[in-house]
Amino acid sequence: MTEKTTPLWEVFIRSRTGMAHRHCGSVHAADAEMALQAARDVYTRRGEGLSIWVVPSAEIIASDPSEKGMLFEPTASKIYRHPTFYEIPEDVGNM
Amino acid sequence: MYTQALNARETETSAPEDAERLAAFQARIDAEEKIEPNDWMPAAYRKTLVRQISQHAHSEIVGMLPEGNWISRAPTLKRKAALLAKVQDEGGHGLYLYSAAETLGVSREELTEQLLSGRAKYSSIFNYPTLTWADIGAIGWLVDGAAIMNQIPLCRCSFGPYARAMIRVCKEESFHQRQGYELLLEMCRSSEEQKAMVQDALDRWWWPSLMMFGPSDTHSTHSAQSMAWKIKRFTNDELRQKFVDATVPQAHFLGLTIPDEKLAFDAESGHWTFGEIDWDEFSRVIAGDGPCNRERLTARQKAHEAGAWVREAALAHAEKRAARRAAAQVAAE
Repeated sequence: MTEKTTPLWEVFIRSRTGMAHRHCGSVHAADAEMALQAARDVYTRRGEGLSIWVVPSAEIIASDPSEKGMLFEPTASKIYRHPTFYEIPEDVGNM
Repeated sequence: MYTQALNARETETSAPEDAERLAAFQARIDAEEKIEPNDWMPAAYRKTLVRQISQHAHSEIVGMLPEGNWISRAPTLKRKAALLAKVQDEGGHGLYLYSAAETLGVSREELTEQLLSGRAKYSSIFNYPTLTWADIGAIGWLVDGAAIMNQIPLCRCSFGPYARAMIRVCKEESFHQRQGYELLLEMCRSSEEQKAMVQDALDRWWWPSLMMFGPSDTHSTHSAQSMAWKIKRFTNDELRQKFVDATVPQAHFLGLTIPDEKLAFDAESGHWTFGEIDWDEFSRVIAGDGPCNRERLTARQKAHEAGAWVREAALAHAEKRAARRAAAQVAAE
C-alpha cells in the first residue's frame, strides 16, 4: 500500500440556532467540499446540526498541556471576579 | 467484547517508565480525570488503547457485512429502512472510533492496513453467517445487546476521545437492539414456522454472543491493568453475567428456549447460572478459522481495492484545484 494519506479535518457542528459551533470529531477528506459532505454523513444522521464547520486539523493551534498550570492557575486566586465575592444585604435584591 | 482478542495476548515488556510520572499519571486516573491525547501517558497505556479502539473500530466496519447482505432481502420497506440505517450507523461508529485511535498517533492508513492484512483482530461474532431473516433480529437483540452492555461502562473510560465516541455510539445504538427484538417478537407471534426460524437463530447465536465478552476472568491477563487504568470498569465475566441475566427473561417472553441445558435460576444470588462456553471454538474463530473469517476479510479487501481509484482521483482533483488557485493568485499579484 503506497497510498498518499488523505488529509484530516476537525468537525464543528452548531446544534440549535443561538448555540455556538461545537467540536464533535474529525473526518478524512481530499478537500474542503468533500470534508463537509463526509461530516454531514458521519455526524448529523439524526438532525443534530444546522451548520457545519470543517477546519484542517493541521491548522489548529493548541495550548501545551504541560503549561496548563501557568496558563490557568492564576485565575483560581482571583475570586473577586465572581459575584458571590461581594456581600449585599438580601433585601436589596438582585438586578 | 469487540476487543476480546486483547485479553488473549500477553503484555509485552517495554522500556521502564519514570516512576514519578507513572505515579502522577495513576493519581490522575484515580481522581477520575480524563486523559487527553496531548497529555503524558505510559507507552503501554497508549498501546493498549490503540489496540482496543482500533479493534473496536474494525469490529464496527466488519460488522456491516453480515447484515448488509440482507438489506436487499428485507421483507418490508420498514424493515429495509431500519436495517439500512443501522448498517449506516455502524459505518459511522467505525469512523468515530478510528478518529479516536488516530489521536494517539496512529494513521488511518496504518489501521486500515492492519485490518486488511489480517494482523488486527475484530470481534469473533462477525465471523458467523446470517442464514435467515431471523438472524438479523438475533443480531440486533443479542449482538447489539451485548455491545451496549460493554459500551455503557466505556463511556466512563479514562481516555477522553474514546469515552466521548462511546457516548455518541451508545445514544445511537439503543435503536439497533430494539429493532432486532421487535422484529423477533413479530415473527414469534406470526406463525409456528417463523417462530421455529427464530428459535433456530437463537440456537446458533446464543453461544457466540456469550463469547463476545472474551475469555473468563481466570484467563484474562490484560484485565487487571485495564481496570487499574480505568479503561475497563467491569470484568469479562461480570459483563457476561449481566447479559445473561438481562436476556434470559427476554427469550422467555418470546417463548423461546435458550440452548443451554445447564441454565438455571439461582434464587439465592438472583442470577442465572449457565453452562461452560466452548473455548476451543472461541480460540479457533479468534485465530482466523471461524465459518466466515476468510469471506469477511476478502470482502473488505475487495471494497478497499475497488475504491482505490476514487481516493486517488479525489486527491488528484484537490491537488489540481489547489495548484490552479495558487497560479491565479500569482497572476493577480
